[in-house]
Amino acid sequence: MTAVTAPPSEGGAAPRGGSGRPRDARDERRGRWRSRRYRWDVKAMPYAFVSPFFLFFAAFGLFPLIYTGWSSFYRVELTNLDAREFVGFHNYTRLLEDEFFWNALKNTFTIGVISTVPQLLIALGLAHLLNYKLRGSTFFRVAMLTPYATSVAAATLVFTLMFGTDYGMINWALEHLGFSNHIDWRAGTWSSQIAVSSIVIWRWTGYNTLIYLAAMQAVPHDLYESAALDGASRWQQFRHVTIPMLRPTILFTIVVSTIGATQLFGEPFLFGGPGGEKGGSSHQFQTLGLYLYEQGWTNYHLGRASAIAWAMFLILLLIAAVNGLVARWLRKNHEG
Amino acid sequence: MRTTRKSSRPRGRTAAVAITAVAALGVSLLAGCSKDSDEPAKAGGSEGDGKGKITLTVGTFGVFGYKQAGLYEEYEKAHPNITIKENVIERNDAYYPQLLTHLAAGSGLSDIQAIEVGNINEIVTTQAAKFEDLSKAEGVEKSNYLDWKWAQASTSDGKTIGLGTDIGPMAICYRTDLFKKAGLPTDRAEVGKLWAGDWSKYLDAGKTYTENAPKGTTFLDSSAGLYQAISNSASERYYDSSGKVIYKTSPSVKEAWDLAMEATTGKMTAKLKLFDKAWDQGFANGRFASLPCPSWMLGYIQEKAGDAGKGKWDVAAAPKPANWGGSFVGVPSAGKNKEEAVKLAAWLTAPAQQAKVFAKQASFPSAPGAYDLPEVKDAKHEYFNNAPIGQIFADAAKSIPTLVIGPKDQQIYTAITDVGILQVEQQGKTPAQGWAAAEKEIDNALDQ
Repeated sequence: MTAVTAPPSEGGAAPRGGSGRPRDARDERRGRWRSRRYRWDVKAMPYAFVSPFFLFFAAFGLFPLIYTGWSSFYRVELTNLDAREFVGFHNYTRLLEDEFFWNALKNTFTIGVISTVPQLLIALGLAHLLNYKLRGSTFFRVAMLTPYATSVAAATLVFTLMFGTDYGMINWALEHLGFSNHIDWRAGTWSSQIAVSSIVIWRWTGYNTLIYLAAMQAVPHDLYESAALDGASRWQQFRHVTIPMLRPTILFTIVVSTIGATQLFGEPFLFGGPGGEKGGSSHQFQTLGLYLYEQGWTNYHLGRASAIAWAMFLILLLIAAVNGLVARWLRKNHEG
Repeated sequence: MRTTRKSSRPRGRTAAVAITAVAALGVSLLAGCSKDSDEPAKAGGSEGDGKGKITLTVGTFGVFGYKQAGLYEEYEKAHPNITIKENVIERNDAYYPQLLTHLAAGSGLSDIQAIEVGNINEIVTTQAAKFEDLSKAEGVEKSNYLDWKWAQASTSDGKTIGLGTDIGPMAICYRTDLFKKAGLPTDRAEVGKLWAGDWSKYLDAGKTYTENAPKGTTFLDSSAGLYQAISNSASERYYDSSGKVIYKTSPSVKEAWDLAMEATTGKMTAKLKLFDKAWDQGFANGRFASLPCPSWMLGYIQEKAGDAGKGKWDVAAAPKPANWGGSFVGVPSAGKNKEEAVKLAAWLTAPAQQAKVFAKQASFPSAPGAYDLPEVKDAKHEYFNNAPIGQIFADAAKSIPTLVIGPKDQQIYTAITDVGILQVEQQGKTPAQGWAAAEKEIDNALDQ
């Protein structure tokens, strides 16, 4: 950039007739300004371009996070936000002996497992099938994504009707298969958790399928060719070529799904019908998200709700750390 | 080096343009946000356009019927300088927390805010300072409203922060065709006599019904509705008049719980959850023969039971008069058009207007003066076999006791019905287990 102000090249390249000294000085000044602007451009532009995200993150992510953390040390009710009473770690220590909290944590875990594991396995299988040469593959790929594009509310309403006790489609189908006793899906612990998981699975399988599919298409084709030459069957190719190549992608989907499962809210909330934040009459499918909502927005205990929110955040950090360790172990194992 | 110069200039310009664009975008987005949170307050305040025009906003949940009954138009015609806007949120469980946060922030409020009866005590005890005193306001006459309704929205030192809109006097809605098949009377006067004065007689009829029940039907929809109806016909329920929580020892709660359990264990109910999808389907499929129904529920039944149920439903008097539901309207002090808002609130809740809303929406007036107006007095409901609902509900309304309401009534009620009762009805637990679970739930909800 200093090149602009360098007289030899300037003069050498294009002599200007009749240009006096003052003009050169102005040019020089302008040039210096330009170069400064250019430097500023290169250095500052990236910040300017990424700043909207971080501004919004600060306003809607960071601030609420800190504010929630601050609130969790107070006894504060939604009915009277001005009256705050500092209680230290009381809201957290109370959680340790709060059976509703532990119940919600347990439910979050079990629902998380029975929705995430089948979901990722199905997605992997589907992606493998979609990776073949298929007629109308674009149609199938787009169709995979439609459940994900459907709103949670709409999907859950349909599922709730299907899982109805007296007039639900699933009980009707079971009846035709010879099970005469209607299952009250929502009342039972396992039945309700399976019902909620089925909604999650339905919504997210296609999303994960497409991620796997994208990763599969990045696997070099000659690997398959040489595997085929060595006489590997489709299944063996899948196990020994596809899966190892997909390992980072699988890890990524596990992390994302785990975060999603920990924050599960909409499906169980709507599945529960009116007053759904209780997650069933004995809280049999109340997740952490629902318990947080119940404490904050039905019982109006904002301090307690904030403590639950932070507990969830810490649990997520813990899960991320465990995931990281597993990932490192896997990588070492794989390389070694 | 001309090239450098040449290329650096346009790039500089693009950069400048880009920065401006980003900055403008950011600023406008941020401005958009701040505007968003300001706007309702502004709308609530004076929206003067130089001609002294005032826009009043009315915040409600669900259908209040003011717009439907043409009241806003009528008021605007009589007051040319006023425009009325309604901000509706579908459900009170979303509306109420928002109202609380807006009150705390002192902004975002409508000039008039509706308050559900389940929340009125909490508002009166914790937010009274943030509302205008309507007791002596211009155009407000205490004698217009039912005493107990007036009392519910008043503080102990005589400040009234909400004017009564509708109430929910209760009757029993029943299916004449099913009653006939089960050998019960079908004429509404006779049906009313069957259980007059005592809820346990209602269950006696339930026993008769259950013994002769048409296949696939039950006497009641749920124990929760029955529990609500019975516990509401007392004068003390979850709190005593001094504000102490007494639900564990309250006789009315015990009576209501025991009878609800009798209905459950006697297989008289369809084990449904109120306002659930399955409950709606139960109406449509004629799954149950009767239920306690406040006046506002008639429209709901009509909608859910549909044409198939027309002429089959009828309305009889409940064993004891009780109230279920109803609302108030208050004027937040943070508004800028308080005077005009108070006038509008008084006008909207005056007997003549309440009668008009009743004629349109069947929301029953809390102004006894409306009961003698033709809109109420002569009201018959075609869907319900032309039952004289104006008469039935007015009779009930006049003898409803003043029920003590506490700040956490809703949480206690929900815990008893959605946890206690449902565990017994749907999960096969014993009544003792159900009650224990409800107690634990309530203790956790009340514990700050």
